[in-house]
Amino acid sequence: MENEKGAKKEYLEEFGITSREVQAVMGKVKVRDVDYADLYFEHTVAESVSMEESLVKRASKSISQGVGVRATAGEKTGYAYSDEISVRQLEQAADTARYIARSPAGEGQVPAISVGRPSRDLYPVGQPATEVATKEKVSLLQKIDALARAYDPRIKNVMASFSTEYKMVMVANSQGELVGDLQPLSRLQITCIAEEKGQRQMGSYGGGGRAEFGFFFEEGRWEHYTQEAARQAILNLSAGDAPAGPMTVVLGAGWPGILLHEAIGHGLEADFNRKKTSAFSDRVGQRVASELCTIVDDGTLPFRRGSLNVDDEGTPTSRTVLIEGGILRGYITDKLNARLMGIPLTGNGRRESFQCIPMPRMTNTFMLPGQSDPHDIIRSVKHGLYAVSFGGGQVDITNGKFVFSTSEAYLIEDGKVTRPVKGATLIGSGPEILKKVSLVGNDMRLDEGIGTCGKDGQSVPVGVGLPTIKVDEITVGGTQVA
Amino acid sequence: MRIDQNFTEELIARAKRKGANAVDVVAVEGDSASVQVRLSAVDKLSKAQEKRLGLRVYFGGRSAGGSTSDFSPPAVDELVATTCALAEAIVEDPDSGLPESASLAAERPDLDLYDSSAVSMDQMIDRATRAERAALEVDPRLKNSEGAEFGSFAGRMVFANSHRFYGEFQSSNFSCSVSPIAIENGLMQRDYWYSVGRKVSQLNAPEAIGREAGHRTVRRLGARKVATCRVPIVFDPEMAGSFLGNLCSAVNGYAIYKGASYLIGRLGEKIAADNITIVDDGRISGGLGSKPFDGEGLPTRKTMVVERGILKSYLLDTYAGRKLRLSSTGNASRSVGEASSAGATNFYLAPGSATPDQIIGSVKRGLYVTELIGFGINLVTGDYSRGAVGFWIENGELAYPVEEITIAGNLKDMWLGVETVGNDLVFRGRVASPTVKIAEMTVGGD
Repeated sequence: MENEKGAKKEYLEEFGITSREVQAVMGKVKVRDVDYADLYFEHTVAESVSMEESLVKRASKSISQGVGVRATAGEKTGYAYSDEISVRQLEQAADTARYIARSPAGEGQVPAISVGRPSRDLYPVGQPATEVATKEKVSLLQKIDALARAYDPRIKNVMASFSTEYKMVMVANSQGELVGDLQPLSRLQITCIAEEKGQRQMGSYGGGGRAEFGFFFEEGRWEHYTQEAARQAILNLSAGDAPAGPMTVVLGAGWPGILLHEAIGHGLEADFNRKKTSAFSDRVGQRVASELCTIVDDGTLPFRRGSLNVDDEGTPTSRTVLIEGGILRGYITDKLNARLMGIPLTGNGRRESFQCIPMPRMTNTFMLPGQSDPHDIIRSVKHGLYAVSFGGGQVDITNGKFVFSTSEAYLIEDGKVTRPVKGATLIGSGPEILKKVSLVGNDMRLDEGIGTCGKDGQSVPVGVGLPTIKVDEITVGGTQVA
Repeated sequence: MRIDQNFTEELIARAKRKGANAVDVVAVEGDSASVQVRLSAVDKLSKAQEKRLGLRVYFGGRSAGGSTSDFSPPAVDELVATTCALAEAIVEDPDSGLPESASLAAERPDLDLYDSSAVSMDQMIDRATRAERAALEVDPRLKNSEGAEFGSFAGRMVFANSHRFYGEFQSSNFSCSVSPIAIENGLMQRDYWYSVGRKVSQLNAPEAIGREAGHRTVRRLGARKVATCRVPIVFDPEMAGSFLGNLCSAVNGYAIYKGASYLIGRLGEKIAADNITIVDDGRISGGLGSKPFDGEGLPTRKTMVVERGILKSYLLDTYAGRKLRLSSTGNASRSVGEASSAGATNFYLAPGSATPDQIIGSVKRGLYVTELIGFGINLVTGDYSRGAVGFWIENGELAYPVEEITIAGNLKDMWLGVETVGNDLVFRGRVASPTVKIAEMTVGGD
């Protein structure tokens, strides 16, 4: 029933349009000099409930729908969108989209629409979380507040929010393909503020995925998120100043995989490489990491935040090897860039919403596990930093310099993890940093499911993962000069 | 369906029939267009019409919001029903509710925020192309480009509430930016420059934007790391604006009442050097952050946030004000369908008298910062650590470009340690600052 996700007729009906109308509009866009055209229909229901000061006092629900019409001609893209889904609006958008081709208006020849369906369902959901009673979300947030405050009397405020969306998309293209998908996504985010002797600190944690509301109650997840946020806030009360300068850094498993996302992931997006504006341009086949490093982007992991059955151009997602044994193997692509570069389509064409042009974007990006015992990795460090949790990161893809900032880190002294240090930014060079990876742990873990990646003003959900790794040298941006 | 006073009154009445005792409505609609040109060829064209309707309902102290882009009667009925049902599931919050009726804006000053002149796609393409060409002509090493962009937006915002307030205003926005790439010895550098304004006529000439972008990019070639040290830091106006933005977040009433700012409980105290005066002014004519009334219908105004180093005011809407037992400062900011939050209007650091050259000239050995990356700022503690790009200052002059370094300190010490404020304040966004020199920070490098 609801899970008959491919059942195209239903998608067309849901969007109130017929396959004949879709074909007619496509004919208007795909005029002579247009290589490719597509229509992206979206209907999203989003709900957010939040708590602070022990009161679940904010809630909002939004419905947005619309359609984007795209035409590409050579390297050019024309795009128009409207929040009204009607043939009249579509035809108007089609006029704008094909403007780039500068061809006269007319009827392009397009094949009849044939309806496909994703070959798998990575996130079958019986009842989307948007349809779960708000009272249940309120009750969860109240339990979180109580648990966090019970963790330690120094926890003075707890802010928690549950946000969920249920997105229905349908993509039709000028090759006559039409495919739809239903994409649930939920996230629970908790921030605790701890106070002691007039000094305050915070800790944040959370998780989620393309899953049902029940996900947060399985395997003690909400309790774990809550305790982690509280623990981090309390821990940071005793954090000392972070060191400044080059150091050996051990990155913990899981979320520290943000290193891969910033240091190499963005630089391997095909658009930058087609334009040769990336520090990784023309480097396929070259060594960009130590032989211990194999890194993949995989959009096919069940229930993960970064996963998709089909990308936002209707291409099935896949597992793409980016770096194998240290050698750069390939880029992640969308249709435009795969065609222009003559390289494989990887199913990474993503967009934030119908208001946005798709671009090559990451899905779940992680390093495969190595052989080392994580404890041995720490024991191998005489003086260094052990970083287990991070805030955000950023990269300049052109010169390759990237940063990411710790939110939980410790000094390593004589092979032992000693005292916690305050948050510091780590900075390095993407094409160089992974060459300095000298040990890779056997404990690869994916993050909890809270990552959001920004590019060109568009935000999309992503995942990262990492085993414990040792980086021989990276610049640590603390305040303490040795 | 055009959103007008009849529409909002009817919507408010419908929510009241469902039992809401207070209601407000926010609607926005607009047309946007953008072009991106790369290496003199059109790369992307985009055009859109958008509209969005938001409703917020109060059942005593319980409130919720909802929004939709579908204005059809059944969709609007559903919006009212869903939003009211949501509010009933929420907990009573004694501080929630609309502002007092007497405090609502009585007048609607014309702040010159709207330019009706239409810029055609071809004109937009022409401006972006000229800007990029001018950038690449600056130096033969400028051989590639991320492109140039020209964008426009014109729209209307409507706000109404159950105190019978109805207000609307039109606004527009135009921007032009270029991001060239310089290549030397197989290494690349990218930078950018831009111009933004409420009116097309306020934008800098495409050629001027391009030349500045080209100059800023080519001067980064050959950048190197420096040794870890503690030195004076000079922020160029763009980065000083970013630093000022951190303070703007720390004085936000929401961060304050939640205990999530290092400036809680500091009103009336010295939080910055004596040469620091910071203003939020929602009524600057043509200002990028100006609006005749705020997101709750209260009059916008000029607020002294910091005066000669003393913290004078937080930025507040009605709710944050009630939490702190203070009055709103007319800084309610609204996203359609969401609860109010506090936000800056035009937030700026008042200029001093030193020229940027004098400031750089006063540094024997230090760092001039032209770009910051990353999110290493903890507003709760003020701890600050970010990636930086800029120039090493040697004997009062920019000696060579630097990169792959960090700067670190604490916002509290940084603001108290501002030695000089430049005379070069230009509004290029809603938050604006002149050049600023900070006595000392840690530079992390080799």
